[in-house]
Amino acid sequence: MMVANKLDEENTPTGVHPLKFSLWLIIISIIMMFAAFTSAYIVRRSEGNWLEFDLPAAFLINTAIILLSSVSMQLAHNAASKNNLPLVKIMLLLTIGLGLAFLFGQLNAWGDLVNNNVFFGGSESNPAGSFMYVLTGVHGFHLITGLVFLLIVLRASFKFKVHSKSMLRIQLCTVYWHFLGGLWLYLYIFLRIFN
Amino acid sequence: MSSADISIQKDVHHVHEEHDHHHDQNFFEKYIFSQDHKVIGKQFLFMGILWAFIGGFLSILFRLQLGWPDATFTFLEPILGGWIENGKLNPEFYLAMVTMHGTIMVFFVLTAGLSGTFFNFLIPLQIGARDMASGFMNMLSFWFFFIASVILFISLFLDSGPAGGGWTVYPPLSALPQAIEGSKSGMTLWLIAMALFIISQLLGGVNYITTVINLRTKGMSMTKMPLTIWSFFLTAVLGLLSFPVLFSAALLLIFDRSFGTSFYLSDIYIAGEALANTGGSPILFQHLFWFLGHPEVYIVILPSFGMVSEVISTNARKPIFGYRAMIGSLLGIALLSFVVWAHHMFVTGMNPFLGSVFMFLTLIIAVPSAVKVFNWLATLWRGNIRFTAAMMFSIGFVSLFISGGLTGIILGNSSLDIHLHDTYFVIAHFHLVMGAAAFFGMFTGVYHWFPKMFGRMMDEKLGYVHFWLTFVSVYLVFMPMHYLGIAGFPRRYYSWTTFDSFSMFSDMNVFISIAAIIGFGAQFIFLFNFIYSIFRGRRASMNPWHSNTLEWTTPPLPGHGNWPGEIPAVYRWPYDYSKPGAPEDYIPQTVPYSQTQSSNLPHEKDLE
Repeated sequence: MMVANKLDEENTPTGVHPLKFSLWLIIISIIMMFAAFTSAYIVRRSEGNWLEFDLPAAFLINTAIILLSSVSMQLAHNAASKNNLPLVKIMLLLTIGLGLAFLFGQLNAWGDLVNNNVFFGGSESNPAGSFMYVLTGVHGFHLITGLVFLLIVLRASFKFKVHSKSMLRIQLCTVYWHFLGGLWLYLYIFLRIFN
Repeated sequence: MSSADISIQKDVHHVHEEHDHHHDQNFFEKYIFSQDHKVIGKQFLFMGILWAFIGGFLSILFRLQLGWPDATFTFLEPILGGWIENGKLNPEFYLAMVTMHGTIMVFFVLTAGLSGTFFNFLIPLQIGARDMASGFMNMLSFWFFFIASVILFISLFLDSGPAGGGWTVYPPLSALPQAIEGSKSGMTLWLIAMALFIISQLLGGVNYITTVINLRTKGMSMTKMPLTIWSFFLTAVLGLLSFPVLFSAALLLIFDRSFGTSFYLSDIYIAGEALANTGGSPILFQHLFWFLGHPEVYIVILPSFGMVSEVISTNARKPIFGYRAMIGSLLGIALLSFVVWAHHMFVTGMNPFLGSVFMFLTLIIAVPSAVKVFNWLATLWRGNIRFTAAMMFSIGFVSLFISGGLTGIILGNSSLDIHLHDTYFVIAHFHLVMGAAAFFGMFTGVYHWFPKMFGRMMDEKLGYVHFWLTFVSVYLVFMPMHYLGIAGFPRRYYSWTTFDSFSMFSDMNVFISIAAIIGFGAQFIFLFNFIYSIFRGRRASMNPWHSNTLEWTTPPLPGHGNWPGEIPAVYRWPYDYSKPGAPEDYIPQTVPYSQTQSSNLPHEKDLE
């Protein structure tokens, strides 16, 4: 509310809404965090004493789930811009469901890792396994923030505040959700290559 | 994010209505949980000053120990209690004080206190905006910082003492609670405080960048922005890119300490017992830490660059020399700061070839730094200098930056650094170039913008006394340290009297300690002046320094929304001082060229 009435989208020098701009900056800082993790991973791996193990099979399924959720998110966005309000709600709910399914799948993947004797901490752990948990865990944490954002948008959509003339909220949410999906895709490919 | 229902209602709310609407705020909304950038800036300033006195006091305590290692300190028992044992300072507490001095000064004073104050206060005022892009995020930024402060402050009073592994918290020392007292719960609180601190910095940084990019007033192109805003903007970019990396490093350290992982730990015997951790690499932490740590020293110093440029130009009554070169050198320094981190790690056994690459990149930083110094001196050259207190501190800043910068060239050479690493030479270098210099930048800012912050003037005479005592004692403290360092005197040592080779330096250590006490004492003059002037200072006019930038077109105490009427448009750069043909020696940015036909340059005729 505080920003709302002062800002005028068309009048900003970049033509981008300040909140959208802020969101991109937040995304950049998250990227830097994962850049730090993955480069630490590469540096550490090159030093040897690295546990080799198979990636949990669930990762592949989870990748498919999160890509599907990106599609449903985009459909929700498109429906909002066409004022198809029931579809917005359905697609938002579908996205939330898929997001929860992804998180559940990640938990299962952790279970597989433990069954495979790949531990996060303790005397039998190796940084190779610990990194796996940190990368998936921190990504999972951000995915939870994405779900909270989705719930906010969903709540707004039930109050008729998401439609073609009020797109900012769902636009921001779509950008963030696509980013989270893209981030997971990067992590998955990264772990495939450097495992 | 829930704030966003914008596009339909924007016609309904006009800025003026909102301005009136905000007058019935209650006390908490107005002063405590305020979303006004000016109030948040002041909150950061007060917290910064508080922390600076705590951090400074710690340094006096350990200077007492270093200056008079054989003395008994029973008189400190009322303050330090159990940390004085039989009149002797507890050695582990000495390490904790050194650590906390570094942490407090680098992060809580010179990062949050300095940037938080002036970025919040000046960015909207100087670019012509009603407030920051998101007042709510801005408020969160302060309160995260506040909670981090409380946690760090509490850690000072723990039984096992605050963190003691040095402000760089290198593992394995910091990762193993059984290693020293300072790695117990004090270290845990340190990590929690830093995590919250980083969140605060990121929230602030996102806001600063968005505001500078998106909310500039009409006519305020990037090349008409004051250099203050340029330096604040680039500092925020550095913070946004480097603080997440520190967060990653700290997170892995937290896992190592509390969850049994081995990211940084391997093959450690402690108290005759082998730890189970295998496969970690302590050097990995140093890489991650210094990838933040080096940009961090520029996060500390860049804002001062900007404020000093502004104050020097205003008080020399001359346009800043080489405006674009100043922007270029800021960009150059910001860029280079990301590719030099390993010069802190020359003694970690890195490949000598890699070392020479980092040495080469490090020495290149001398080029943009020299450009800046040259431009400041050229701005002063033949200026019509007014020696206000802020101007004195600006000139002092340039002096300290030169003296400290020269030793940077020495330390940047890997072969010399191997000898000087972890000696008092390093202490002298970074305290001059980044510590004291950034403090001078902060004083510059406080003295110069005090009239706009509090509507009153600070006392100039007390300002001069404060300046000279501080300036002289800074040099008296840090110049002798170079000699100690060349002689190999190591930093962080609690006691040096058992080394014969250093006993000849006992007089010098006493000298340094006395100078430090005088310097710390002088800060109370500032504190008195600051508090007294808030309530009793001479009332300030709208533009007491006859300055060109936009903040001086607001009323002496700008209200919510900053400008009572429309936001002024900008027509010219901010450095039209002493322009030939102009009736006065300054032309504010808001004056169009059509009104200054007598002083327009040939290429400006087209803009009339």
